Amino acid sequence: MSDQARHRAPEDAAGPMVRAENVHKAFGHVKVLRGIDVTVPRGNVCVVLGPSGSGKSTFLRCINHLEKIDAGRIWVDGKLVGYQQKGDKLYELHDKAVAAQRREIGMVFQRFNLFPHMCALENVMEAPTQVKGQSKAEARRRGIELLDRVGLAEKARNYPSQLSGGQQQRVAIARALAMDPKLMLFDEPTSALDPELVGDVLDAMKDLARSGMTMVVVTHEIGFAREVGDQLIFMDDGVVVESGTPRDVLANPQHPRTRDFLSKVL
Amino acid sequence: MTIPDTSATPVPRDAEPIKAIPVRHPGRWVAIAVIAVLAAMFAHLLLTNSAFQWKFMLQNMFRPPVLWGLFGTVSITILAMIIGVVLGVVVAIARLSNNPILRGTSWAYTWFFRAVPRYVLLIVMGNLGILWPRLEIGVPFDTYLGELFGVQAHWRLFGIETRDLLVGFWVGVLGLALSEAAYMAEIVRAGMLSVDPGQDEAATALGMSRGQALRRVVLPQAMRVIIPPTGNETIAMLKDTSLLIAVPVTRELFFQLSAIGNRTFQVFPMLIAAILWYLFLVSILLVGQYFLEKRFSRGYGRAAQAKMKLEGLAAEHGANPEVP
Repeated sequence: MSDQARHRAPEDAAGPMVRAENVHKAFGHVKVLRGIDVTVPRGNVCVVLGPSGSGKSTFLRCINHLEKIDAGRIWVDGKLVGYQQKGDKLYELHDKAVAAQRREIGMVFQRFNLFPHMCALENVMEAPTQVKGQSKAEARRRGIELLDRVGLAEKARNYPSQLSGGQQQRVAIARALAMDPKLMLFDEPTSALDPELVGDVLDAMKDLARSGMTMVVVTHEIGFAREVGDQLIFMDDGVVVESGTPRDVLANPQHPRTRDFLSKVL
Repeated sequence: MTIPDTSATPVPRDAEPIKAIPVRHPGRWVAIAVIAVLAAMFAHLLLTNSAFQWKFMLQNMFRPPVLWGLFGTVSITILAMIIGVVLGVVVAIARLSNNPILRGTSWAYTWFFRAVPRYVLLIVMGNLGILWPRLEIGVPFDTYLGELFGVQAHWRLFGIETRDLLVGFWVGVLGLALSEAAYMAEIVRAGMLSVDPGQDEAATALGMSRGQALRRVVLPQAMRVIIPPTGNETIAMLKDTSLLIAVPVTRELFFQLSAIGNRTFQVFPMLIAAILWYLFLVSILLVGQYFLEKRFSRGYGRAAQAKMKLEGLAAEHGANPEVP
C-alpha cells in the first residue's frame, strides 16, 4: 500500500463499528480473501451470505484477529485490529493487546465450542472472572441474568453434554455477551442445529439485534437476513459481489452469481 | 400413517418369561482340568525344592533395612514422578509453543532422554564425579576467553563437590525424573493435541491469554487423556527404581534385598521376596489408578453422563442454580 493516508483510522466515536479496507488473506497459495471492503455502522446488523468456500467465515475471523490478514486494514470501533499505526510505520500488537481487543468483540461459533468441563453458568462466568477480574458473586448474578435472557436460567447447572444443540448455542451467546462486547460476530450459528432448534437461537439473536447490538452474521438463514438485517453482503470467491439492504438484494439481485445462489437457497 | 382408533390407549400386556436350556460349554471344563494340572505342577516346584527357603525369606523380608529400603523406593517413585510430571508439562508446552527456540530445545530434550536407556543413564549419572570432581556455575568458557584477551579468568559464581551433590538417593531421583519427563512430555502433548482446537479458539476469542486458555480450558480437558498413561508410568517408575542398583542407591528395596541375599548366600529366596514386594506395591497402585481413571472420565463415559444428567435434573428441580 503506497498511499498511507488512505489507511488513517477514523478515530471519532461516531464512526462505523467495523471498517474493512481491501482485506486480503491467503492460506498457502489459496487466496481466500481478495480485497474485501465492508463498513458496518454502529447498531447495524450486517448479514454475510455466500456459497461455502467464498471466504465469509475467514473474513469474520479476521475481524477479531483469529486470522492474520495479509494486506489491507480492519478497524473495530475506530481502532486498527492487531496492529498499531505510528506515522508511516505499522507495528504488530503484542498478544496481550490483541487479547484486550478481543474482549470487546464477542464471537459465536458454528460448533458452539462450549467448555465441556464446566456447567452452563460456569461457561458464562469464566471470561468475566478470569479475564476481567470480576468477582464471582457479580459474575454469577450477571451470568444468571444472561442465561435468563436466552431462556435457559433453569439449565444453569447443566453441563453442555446435557443440553441440546440449540440450548448450547444460546449458552454460547450468553457466554459471549458476558464480556459486554460492543460487537458480536456469528459464524453460521444455526448450521449445526436440527431444524426444529434453529428458531430459538434466531429468536435470541433477534432479541439481541433489537437491543441495538452491532452484529456481523454469517448465515444461510434468508428469513433472518430479511427480517433483522440492516445490510446484506454477498460474497463469492473472496470478493464482495453485491451489497445493499437485504430487501433490495434479496428481491432484486443484480449480479448473476447472487441470482444463481439465491435461486438455490430460497 | 393411519391410526385405527385414537380413543383407545395401548395397554401393556403380560408375557411368559423365556425358559430355555442354556448352551453347554464343554471347552471350559477341559480348560479348567488342564490349568488345574499345571497349577499343581507349579505348586510342586515351589514347595518341594528346598532352595526356596521359604522360612528364611519370611524372616528376612521384613527386616528393618528392607523396610528402610522399601520406604526409599516409595519416596523415590513419588519424587521422580512429581518432578517428571511437572517438567514434562513444561516441555510439552514448550514443544507446542510458537517460539521456535523453545520448540527445538524441547524436541532435543525428549529425543535425548527417550533414546538413552534408563540403566545406562543412571550408571553415567552415578559416575559423573569422574568427569567433573567439582561442579561450578559461572561464565561458560571463561578460562579460554581469558586467554584470548590475555587475562587470568576464573569467573565462577559458586561450586560444589560432585561427590556431595550426586549422593546416591538424589542422583537416583534426578536420573529417573529427567528420563520420565521426556515420556511425560509426549503424553501431555498427546493429551493437549486431543483437545478440539475450537476450545482454544473459543477461549482466545473471549480475550483469554494463551496461558489462561491452557490452564483453564485445554489442560483440564487433556487430563482425561493424560491420566491413564500417567498411572502406567507411575507403575513402571516403581519397578524401574530397581535399576538404581546401577548408581548405586542404597536406600532402595531391591538393593537391600540383594544385599541380604549376597551376604547370606541365599540369593534366590531374596529374589522371590523382591517379586512379592513389587507385586504388593504395584497392586496398591493399580487400585489407585482405577479410582483416578474413574474420576477423570467425569462427564465423558456413558455412566458418568447419566449420573450428571440426574444431578442436572436435581439442580433444576431445586430451582436455585448455584455454582459448585
